[in-house]
Amino acid sequence: MTRRYFWPGILVLLLILLAGFPRYASAYKVIFLTNVLMYVIITLSWVIFSGATGYISLAPAAFFGVGVYASAILSKSLFLPVFIAIGGLASFCLAFLVGALTLRLRGMYFTMFTFGLVELIRHFTQWWEVNVTGTVGRLVLALDHTTIYYAMVIIFLLVLLTSYGIRRSKFGLALQSIGECEEAAAHTGVNVTRVKVFTFALSAFFIGVVGATMTMRWQYIDPPTAFDIRLSFMPVLMAIFGGMGHLYGPIVGASIFSVLDEILATKFPYYYMLLFGVTMFVVILFMPHGVEGVIQKWRQREKGGPSEKT
Amino acid sequence: MRILEVEGVRKNFGGLAAASDVTFHAQDGEIVGLIGPNGAGKTTLFNLVSGALTPDSGLIRFKGKNITGLKPYQITRLGIARTFQSVKVFPKMSVFNHVLLGYSFGNPKSTPADETLKEITEILDFVGLSEMREFRSKDLILAHQKRLEVARALATKPELLLLDELMAGLNHTEVLQAMELVRKIREKGVAILMVEHVMKAIMDICDRIVVLHHGEKIAEGRPEEVATNEAVVEVYLGE
Repeated sequence: MTRRYFWPGILVLLLILLAGFPRYASAYKVIFLTNVLMYVIITLSWVIFSGATGYISLAPAAFFGVGVYASAILSKSLFLPVFIAIGGLASFCLAFLVGALTLRLRGMYFTMFTFGLVELIRHFTQWWEVNVTGTVGRLVLALDHTTIYYAMVIIFLLVLLTSYGIRRSKFGLALQSIGECEEAAAHTGVNVTRVKVFTFALSAFFIGVVGATMTMRWQYIDPPTAFDIRLSFMPVLMAIFGGMGHLYGPIVGASIFSVLDEILATKFPYYYMLLFGVTMFVVILFMPHGVEGVIQKWRQREKGGPSEKT
Repeated sequence: MRILEVEGVRKNFGGLAAASDVTFHAQDGEIVGLIGPNGAGKTTLFNLVSGALTPDSGLIRFKGKNITGLKPYQITRLGIARTFQSVKVFPKMSVFNHVLLGYSFGNPKSTPADETLKEITEILDFVGLSEMREFRSKDLILAHQKRLEVARALATKPELLLLDELMAGLNHTEVLQAMELVRKIREKGVAILMVEHVMKAIMDICDRIVVLHHGEKIAEGRPEEVATNEAVVEVYLGE
């Protein structure tokens, strides 16, 4: 197989496997794979903005939760793709607004702000539900798990194509320049604010879309589930674990990590967090560039060239 | 025609006047040198002209148009490009992509793909980096990184180029090459404003020199006039 057809080939193979999966696997496995896909999509979306620009965002849980609530409120009246899109748009708008206000903050300050945003929106939603709606949680019209699974596969394909398109485009080049030296980017004619805010919002769109889709699977939602802070930290850890230089990094990272998460949580419920912490520790110590770094090193050794540090 | 006019520009950092009532101009196709001891406010003036800073008062005009307070990307697109005192390249980006970035974003008119490729190749040839087009910029030596900054700036099709210590840290041969490059840029019809500490370079290639000290302009004139100016000699050598 020539190099040119390698990645398209892998993608087609992967899609065929994903498409055929529910025919042969049990309901448990389909739901499990839906979960894995959820993490893969959130991580890929996170990498679109934070991986490229180096602005570490801890806001995914906020965008996810906004997607959940936007769709939960509308789920009884609308057609599936429509309310999924509305969930995404709600997150897009929130990120656009927040981004325009805060993307002048750099480094740690931006990260702290995004972390605060999750708490703020969670508490606000909680307050609203109790005081205005008069409930704690909501029951949502549920769909069967196969439909949810296929929706997730389609979203995965969309986010993958979007990421690929961005990386190949001039827009992606502008993003890279912002990540490597924002000042020089601005003096080379890049409208840094616009590029950052739009990308932040685009990344939030996909996270909102995933939130809206997962709502249909959970059937019951409340603010602590919708705005689970784990959803903010997991994509960061998964992206570090997988590596961010190539598109396969976040996919492999998120897949391995979520499978590991599931196995540890079911087999070792009491030592789960401990084992998880140790795993993370080992990864950061011995694989500083993630799975991608290991593969890169291995390929270099194969070729016989000197190993290169990036 | 006066391509750049700086009128009574003032900028304070706390109590320190980094620029106080600075007035000077640059003509079409002229090379103007900006010199002065460390802390004289040369880089501040560059930052004011390129939009990195906004003046507290005063006016900056480019081709007769008021550009005071515009954003850096707007000023770049109007036709003022710059390089940086401490090299600011994109470490993991290829040489080619640096120029492509400047060409795509800094230059308001869009061109078809084949012409873009041709122009980028020309710019790389012009600065002498065509053999390194696929190199990542962090793998280049300093002299080449500086040329890369010039290439990136030229890709935005400037009419005025601000060079901030282009020759600092270069060896003798590299300084001569850099001087040659500056002359070649001027031959293309680009006006140049340069901050420089390498006196030989300044005296040889500048048409006019502006001398700053403590944020104020203390002298201005042709290189030989400035070199014999009493105030300038005093600032540089002490009384």
